[in-house]
Amino acid sequence: MTEAAELTACPTCDLLHRVVPVPEGGRLRCRRCRTVLMTNRRNAIDRTLAAAFGSVVLMVSALTLPFLELSVVGLHRKASLLDAALAFTSGLVIPLSVATALLIIVIPLVRACALGYTLLPLRLGRRPARGAAAAFRVASHLRPWAMAEVFLIGVVVALVKIGGMASVDLGPAFWAMAGLVVLVVYEGTALDEWSIWQSLDRTGRG
Amino acid sequence: MAVAGPHRPGLTARAAGLAGCRTCGKVAPADVGVCPRCGSALAPRTPLSLQRVLAWLGVGLLCYLPANLLPMLRTRTFGRETDSTIVGGVIELLHHGAWDIALVVFVASVVIPISKFVVILYLVASIRHGTSLSVEARIRLYEIVEFIGRWSMIDVFVVAILTALVQLGFLASINPGTAAVFFALSVAFTMLSAQALDPRLIWDTAEPEAPRHA
Repeated sequence: MTEAAELTACPTCDLLHRVVPVPEGGRLRCRRCRTVLMTNRRNAIDRTLAAAFGSVVLMVSALTLPFLELSVVGLHRKASLLDAALAFTSGLVIPLSVATALLIIVIPLVRACALGYTLLPLRLGRRPARGAAAAFRVASHLRPWAMAEVFLIGVVVALVKIGGMASVDLGPAFWAMAGLVVLVVYEGTALDEWSIWQSLDRTGRG
Repeated sequence: MAVAGPHRPGLTARAAGLAGCRTCGKVAPADVGVCPRCGSALAPRTPLSLQRVLAWLGVGLLCYLPANLLPMLRTRTFGRETDSTIVGGVIELLHHGAWDIALVVFVASVVIPISKFVVILYLVASIRHGTSLSVEARIRLYEIVEFIGRWSMIDVFVVAILTALVQLGFLASINPGTAAVFFALSVAFTMLSAQALDPRLIWDTAEPEAPRHA
């Protein structure tokens, strides 16, 4: 081990700190800027895996079940989650369909799968899977681009906009998305990036 | 709250000839380029950070103008088509008496993007030329800007849902306007701009002996 292996630098202010064991449930902050540097969250791997697995189940449900149905003077119009994601079908706005599908469906799914791929072997006490560090890095970098919760607020705003002229029925896919947003928040409180990077470092990569 | 023990009082990774990974916290020699643990790009300071911040911000601003001037929604009722811009949509919501939802859209589509442009420009200027605001306050601004940017995407999703749902032939149909593309691009570019900003440069301004550059 080189000297550098026992140090960590604050991501916000670059101050060097010695890496020390963190008591369970505790966290250590940078002594200059108070950014949280080291964490040891209780049952972090179990809770994150549960959130990731639940997210995949809810996303698949949201994609296959009815999402919204509009009714006005005897006319009906159904829209699935995929219809909403791929709504931009004409002319200049076509590329936007790709972007919305990525932001609300693909990236949340990729993140959940990457977390499962990284954490499941650790949970089972095995060596990390091949490319686990790359998968975990991707999950970390994609975090701001997974926008399920922003989309759900968008649904609410759209429903208010339509409210005056028609009635809209919320299908089970809407509630699946709502559940997914709850899981995204839960995952944010469960995921322990510092401890997981430490374990990936200790156990080596395949 | 527990505070981590210092390596040596006040020593930064860069001053020690090292680079700290902003993704995983690993410390490695300054010149390795890629983090040996997580594989992220690694440098003592993000190379060309401020230039990249300004480049992304510039294209973001360039997209924000057509996003506000062109129609966001094209509504056709009984064969009559009306276009509405982002601000027009907010005013329409106000006419319906939905002031709370109008406020959500106004904050997400107007207040957040414009404050982002102003705050990021201010942070870049403060790194280059100094400022009277404390480092802690500027870091707080940076964290808010980085956290809040994605919420601007709300209006794009509103347009997507309305387009998917309101297709009732002659009675009523809603289609997206070109502004939706420009607005989505503007949000994405300003998110990339905020991500390109290396907060360690803000802390460097608190160390007079450190070279002040990007």
